[in-house]
Amino acid sequence: MNTVCVVGASLAGLLTARALRDQGYEGRLVVIGEERHRPYDRPPLSKDFLKGVIGEADLALEDDGEDPRIEWRLGVAATGLDAVSRRITLSDGTSLVVDGIVIATGAAARTLPRTEGLRGVHTLRTLDDAHALRAELESAGRLVVIGGGFIGAEVAATARELGLGVTLVESGPAPLAGVVGLTMAQAIAALHEQRGVRLIAGARVTEVTATERAGSLRADGVRLEDGTHLPADVVVVGIGAVPNTAWLRGSGVELGDGVLCDEGGGTSVPGIVAVGDCAAWWDPAQGRHHRIEHWTGARQRAAVAAATLLSGGTARPAPPRPAYIWSDQFDMKIQFIGRADEADTVTVEEGDPADGRFLAVYRQADRPVAVLGVNQVRLFTRWRRQLETMPVQAG
Amino acid sequence: MIPACPLASLPRGEALRLDVDPPIAVFHTDDGDLFAIDDTCTHQDASLADGWLEGCEVECPLHASRFDLRTGMVDAPPAKRPVRTHQVVVEDDVIYVVPSDAPPNLPPGVTVKGQA
Ligand SMILES: Cc1cc2nc3c(=O)[nH]c(=O)nc-3n(C[C@H](O)[C@H](O)[C@H](O)COP(=O)(O)OP(=O)(O)OC[C@H]3O[C@@H](n4cnc5c(N)ncnc54)[C@H](O)[C@@H]3O)c2cc1C
Ligand code: FES
Repeated sequence: MNTVCVVGASLAGLLTARALRDQGYEGRLVVIGEERHRPYDRPPLSKDFLKGVIGEADLALEDDGEDPRIEWRLGVAATGLDAVSRRITLSDGTSLVVDGIVIATGAAARTLPRTEGLRGVHTLRTLDDAHALRAELESAGRLVVIGGGFIGAEVAATARELGLGVTLVESGPAPLAGVVGLTMAQAIAALHEQRGVRLIAGARVTEVTATERAGSLRADGVRLEDGTHLPADVVVVGIGAVPNTAWLRGSGVELGDGVLCDEGGGTSVPGIVAVGDCAAWWDPAQGRHHRIEHWTGARQRAAVAAATLLSGGTARPAPPRPAYIWSDQFDMKIQFIGRADEADTVTVEEGDPADGRFLAVYRQADRPVAVLGVNQVRLFTRWRRQLETMPVQAG
Repeated sequence: MIPACPLASLPRGEALRLDVDPPIAVFHTDDGDLFAIDDTCTHQDASLADGWLEGCEVECPLHASRFDLRTGMVDAPPAKRPVRTHQVVVEDDVIYVVPSDAPPNLPPGVTVKGQA
């Protein structure tokens, strides 16, 4: 292989580029990124960066003296791929013929229909999004967050800490229920309420209302299905993310919910791997393709994807480890590993949920399948280790 | 030299946090070696004494960057900067730490008391 092109200049792209060098790849290495920024870390965008505690320089993912001999092409997007000739076309009208390709285009925030162009409505995925939201939070009084996933819950917490009045609207029974299960989601929800977030669960948003101001439409609230109107100066839409795979349509690379990959990140086309939020790797334990949208997912898989590419698919990947997720909300360090939906019981084994400091273990029969820690960092780490080293059971 | 604890009260595989400023973590590895580093991760405010000790490395309990206890070097993001290391001395079965006079690599937002 003489030229490898990594498409997507963020966490998964950078780590895979580094891994290629670590594994002895000496050829040309081009990284294409749609954003004009060098790779930066996204988790703080809803936490310390949004709060103003850290700045842009703190987000950099590269080391100061680092030189993995990368040709950066930033501010240009890949717009198409011909898998047979291995030609990648770019948004600046040029194209590139390469030998190996790493698809690491991540995901984009899902938007709410009929809110395009409405001022005061935000999604949060990029540094530019975070700058725009932070600027508005500085002068706003009331925030409505639509969607109680991790990003929604984190933005709600940060805005509350900044002194805003915050309402979080969630269509399911409680924020985060999809990941941590209903019982523990309710415990975390209560901690949000204790800290001043108004929660409205089981509610559907029908529209974001707006008024005309200075010649353009600006959001002024959110209307729910039952007619309730929640006034707002700023609205944040946190309703999930969609993989950035539109540029691969018609390329011959098989797509589903993301780029469909085998257990090692290999796509349907030899010489092309995919990794990170855009990629749905085959999960033998679950018997299905599964897209992991968390930081450690990209980190654990980058070296595997690089090995698959360099070996032509003959490298045998280590079995995937259960997904580890962290989140910071208010003073709470929330850590989770495993799958709550496999459990038939969940028990609090340390601390008390009401104090915002507890550890809960999820079990299927007697086998632990997931663990949740809230401000139980030390104990959680021991449990995480245990779950990570347990033999994977076919489900 | 800061006295840490009697050697016998820090079994192999365990870590101890010293409440100095900034705090220091002392590790006793499974192979019987003793190491001391700044306790605070260089990425964010996590206690490395709460982390996972494996060989001569400790894995940060929050975001899993690993630090080499001998050199302080970090393996992969999110942490980027090495953690400061200190010298360990055992005298009369008591563990002492000789604090480094190099500047610490504290994470953004964390400062040494009495300094800006
Ligand atoms: C606000 C926020 C908070 C988060 N907090 C946490 C957390 O606390 N814990 C956790 O585990 N995870 C968290 N995550 C998730 C984590 O950041 C992602 O899992 C991680 O960023 C995935 O990395 P990636 O490289 O696969 O994708 P991304 O980071 O999405 O990067 C993909 C890159 O590819 C570029 N790109 C897209 N299309 C093209 C194209 N056609 N051509 C060229 N370039 C393209 C994009 O511009 C982008 O820069 C958070 C995410 C966000 C947005
Ligand atoms: S706090 Fe240690 S890696 Fe993030």
